[in-house]
Amino acid sequence: MAVYKKTYRPYQGGLTAAWKRFLVIPRYAFEDLRRSRFLTIFYIASFAYPLIAAITIYLDHNVDAIRLLNLSNLISIDAFYFMSFLGWQSMLAFFLAAFIGPGQVSPDLANGALSLYLARPFSRAEYVLGKMSVLLILMSLMTWIPGLLLFVLEGYLEPAGWMSGHARIAAGLFFGAWVWILLASLLALALSAWVKWRPAAGALMFGVFWVAGGFGQAINNVQGTKWGLLLSMPNLIGTVWVRLFEGENPVSNGGVFFRLDQSGIIPVWACWASLLGWSLICLYMLNRKIRGAEVVR
Amino acid sequence: MMDNPVIELDGLEIRFGGRPVLKKLKASLTGRSIGLLGPNGAGKSTLLNTLLGFHKPSAGTARVLGLDIRTHARQVRGLIGYMPENDAFIASMSGVRFVRMMAELAGLPPAQALERAHEAFFYVGLGEVRYRALGTYSLGMKQSAKLAQAIAHGPKLLFLDEPTNGLDPPARARMIQLIQEIRDLGDIHLILSSHLLRDVEECCDQVLILKEGNIAAYCNLEEERRANLRFLELETRGSSNGCFLEALEKLGCQTAQGAQGRIKLVLPEGLEVKQLYAVAADQEVQIRRLNHKRDSLEDIFLKAMESTDGRL
Repeated sequence: MAVYKKTYRPYQGGLTAAWKRFLVIPRYAFEDLRRSRFLTIFYIASFAYPLIAAITIYLDHNVDAIRLLNLSNLISIDAFYFMSFLGWQSMLAFFLAAFIGPGQVSPDLANGALSLYLARPFSRAEYVLGKMSVLLILMSLMTWIPGLLLFVLEGYLEPAGWMSGHARIAAGLFFGAWVWILLASLLALALSAWVKWRPAAGALMFGVFWVAGGFGQAINNVQGTKWGLLLSMPNLIGTVWVRLFEGENPVSNGGVFFRLDQSGIIPVWACWASLLGWSLICLYMLNRKIRGAEVVR
Repeated sequence: MMDNPVIELDGLEIRFGGRPVLKKLKASLTGRSIGLLGPNGAGKSTLLNTLLGFHKPSAGTARVLGLDIRTHARQVRGLIGYMPENDAFIASMSGVRFVRMMAELAGLPPAQALERAHEAFFYVGLGEVRYRALGTYSLGMKQSAKLAQAIAHGPKLLFLDEPTNGLDPPARARMIQLIQEIRDLGDIHLILSSHLLRDVEECCDQVLILKEGNIAAYCNLEEERRANLRFLELETRGSSNGCFLEALEKLGCQTAQGAQGRIKLVLPEGLEVKQLYAVAADQEVQIRRLNHKRDSLEDIFLKAMESTDGRL
């Protein structure tokens, strides 16, 4: 029927599968993000490091280049190398999350559109998953996916058996990145659900990342303890990464931006528990705000 | 034959923080278009939100088109189009893109969702502004856009929560006309929640009146209107009204005499009003005024509000 024929007609066509309707949200979100020139440039620029790293790995295995540039004394492709790569990329991913994360939920809450999402055969969990998948996909493309490609490149250039001998690095890249991606995504969505003004929500993310660590340090100084470090995200992530990349006997103190604090080492289990605690707080915040109708008690 | 109920309330109770907001409601609503009436805070929006699954019943349940809201919440929402009372839009999105996304979330494939979003926008009279960002729409346009998103996916049941809120008279008339058109198409059941009696009277054939979380009245407006046609008020002058009343009762009328020659009567089936004039002439009584007493929705509403706790 031509659209200008102003009559209503019932819909009698087929419906899409219920399980994949949450994918509608990232599809629309990516269309919006693509329109931002700044974001596009930033995202493309974020692949500079993986490109440089790939070139470095190649040069490291090129005899002529090694001889010419004396690279063997400068570069060591090991767990620390990949951890530093992940640290740098994860920080860029955090900037990305702080930039686009608040724009995912807050526009829906600002003008009450959330009730329309949830008035459809669409659950709150699917809504959060749909919104989160935007961040998960973009941050994955920046962190563990190029990380694993570099790992495969290194394995390809090294003698046979290198990959199986260094499988812990691959696992560290994958799981270490996911720990950070999940936490940063949850934090971005939770803060944007509570702070409807996008710039404030983005700023608050940086506040949680750095100021909470400073607050923990203050607790340590006043109380003479080390447990305040449980509030420091760089320390928590660094501790978990070192364990994932280097096992029981670490030789480094983490990657760029995500280092163990030298003022006191806290057990790995406590770091995991703290990260779980942060995640649960974020989920609680989302659970309170992502509702079809606000209840006035 | 009895119609299948659109909504069955089966002891439905909702509590917020221990405070009962809906109090064990029991009713079976069968109309094509049902009005939900009640003063502010009566529980109208809460009832709609509960049927949509936004609030979990603390006791009892409800069925929408035969599906239990406790066990089939997702399927229930698949049947409903919802136009909320408050603002509901994404300011930066164009109207047609927003409605398309909502239709896709309701399960329509992207191509069909786009086509129906365009159709819905033309239908509600926003065809020319469908590519403008929703944040730039006037209040009336936002209300129409909300209606467009509610009907785009072709629901079986339409929830309209205060659809004329904030509209100027022409916009209100247009909105009422749209609702009447949708009702008259016969494909969709309507639930219209409003505190404006006129909206409900113009759009609904049944009305459920809520007061303080209770059902204060549930009536069929069509039947009420038909019954009202037989109820007359006369103002008379002339000789003894007693004889006139007796003559009317002989015709089968039920009568009641008021002060100053006023008479209320119910006409029996088959009796025409002109026969009253003939009787009046025989009795030398002048009928100065004759009104069909219209027991309007306002009367029904006021009677329902008079009960102390809202229970009938």
